[in-house]
Amino acid sequence: MTDNDGQRFDRLPATAAEREVAGRASRAEVIDWWVDRFGLDADTFDGYTFWEKGAGKIWIFAADLPSPVDCEGVGMTFLRTRQEHWKPTTNAVQRFGGAATRNVIELDPDEARRFLAGEDLTPAWDGDWGYLLVAHRIAGEREPIGVGLYVHDELRSVVPKGRRASLPTRE
Amino acid sequence: MTPLERYESLVDDVAAFRAACDRPLPAVVRVNTIKTTVDRARDALDSEGIAHEPTDWHPGVLRLPEDSPGRNWPHAHGWIHGQEEVSNLPALVLDPDPGDRVWDACAAPGSKTTQLAALMDDRGLLVGNDNNLGRLSALRHNAERLGVTNIAVTNRDARNFSLKPLGEGSDRPTAVDAFDHALVDAPCSCEGTIRKNPDAFDTWSLDHVRSVAGVQKGILRRAVQATRPGGTVVYSTCTFAPEENEAVLDHVLDAEDCRLVDIDAPLEGVPGVTEWAGERFDPSVAKALRIYPHHNDTGGFFCAKLEVGA
Ligand SMILES: C[S@@+](CC[C@H](N)C(=O)[O-])C[C@H]1O[C@@H](n2cnc3c(N)ncnc32)[C@H](O)[C@@H]1O
Repeated sequence: MTDNDGQRFDRLPATAAEREVAGRASRAEVIDWWVDRFGLDADTFDGYTFWEKGAGKIWIFAADLPSPVDCEGVGMTFLRTRQEHWKPTTNAVQRFGGAATRNVIELDPDEARRFLAGEDLTPAWDGDWGYLLVAHRIAGEREPIGVGLYVHDELRSVVPKGRRASLPTRE
Repeated sequence: MTPLERYESLVDDVAAFRAACDRPLPAVVRVNTIKTTVDRARDALDSEGIAHEPTDWHPGVLRLPEDSPGRNWPHAHGWIHGQEEVSNLPALVLDPDPGDRVWDACAAPGSKTTQLAALMDDRGLLVGNDNNLGRLSALRHNAERLGVTNIAVTNRDARNFSLKPLGEGSDRPTAVDAFDHALVDAPCSCEGTIRKNPDAFDTWSLDHVRSVAGVQKGILRRAVQATRPGGTVVYSTCTFAPEENEAVLDHVLDAEDCRLVDIDAPLEGVPGVTEWAGERFDPSVAKALRIYPHHNDTGGFFCAKLEVGA
């Protein structure tokens, strides 16, 4: 086993058995986490490659390149690993969470506005604690907004600063 | 003399040209079809009471007469992206297919890059390059918000961009030895953005025009070299100066194996000029498109399409 070089993008090993870098998640583990957590179809991520840069930051990429690759970015940030509870990114949840069937909390319009502004909420929820996919209804369908951390009967908004917004209330 | 007076001899209707340059530009957004459909985005705008109307040339390019494009749910979901109307043209002219390998040589902050990704159905490989690291972070932010996963972001001088990191010369199935298409949305003197940036002329000088033209030639040459025979390269600027437009094409036609092809443009414009300041250009530069602000009530623009090795 070698140590993780946080300065570059390395492709994840396909499975834990092929792991060469200590502590690195495998492609199978990353996909299983997403599919299990949100109840997605097992083939949702077929064809994508997964990369680590930094300590535990996983990226999802629709193409493939020789690893390690000397780039500023490959695809989009997807999941934070190397910590006790893995954490999906807001942008990945928006991109891939539309079909989620588990660990989804749907907010009413006022709650949704406050969540997007970064406020913590106390909505009714009798499911698991941990990272939830936070959604609301827009244009007739449910749509993911981002990620919330549900602990101690509170839903903490973990929408990153650059994606928060205070929307005007509209009639 | 303002820079605009320089071009009055080229313009068909000088009064309309001047008047349009003095008017501010309407807010325009592009619907991001990676994350939604045009119908759903318009429904969401409707239910938030945000007035919008599609442009007469593209159903996914919407004018917002009253609102700014940023503070609303469709924006928070990455369904819409504020992008000047005429700036939607080059990606449509390049017209990549899903699965293609495309190089956006001057990509930041990524309006056209993310539009290319949508046209590719977010499949294939899109390399978004810019030599300015600060601007690249804006590109990354936009690409993430719009849900783009087929992009590799690089920070190089496009004039000597290397395909080595993409696997060039290796026998890997995914190795990129050449791109199918390239977009050169070049750095320029930005004269055509005067409606958006009233101070666009403050730093204008003929010396700057000449020096940026040198950079444009270098980038466009490299784009032609990095594209496979039969592939296409689109060159665009938001400026009127023939030194930065037709003269750049003329130089690259001479130096590289490529030719200009007709553009099937959905926007009104006039052909490229074949003569300027005592210089004559290759007659085929007339295939390029010059768009003046009064033609479609947009910013000024220049766009040309080259086919490689034919
Ligand atoms: C007109 S802007 C691109 C706008 C972008 N295509 C979009 O649609 O959002 C030109 C860009 O070229 C970049 N640039 C300037 N010289 C360059 C060079 N030699 N190599 C690569 N990029 C360069 C600038 O940093 C700037 O971001």
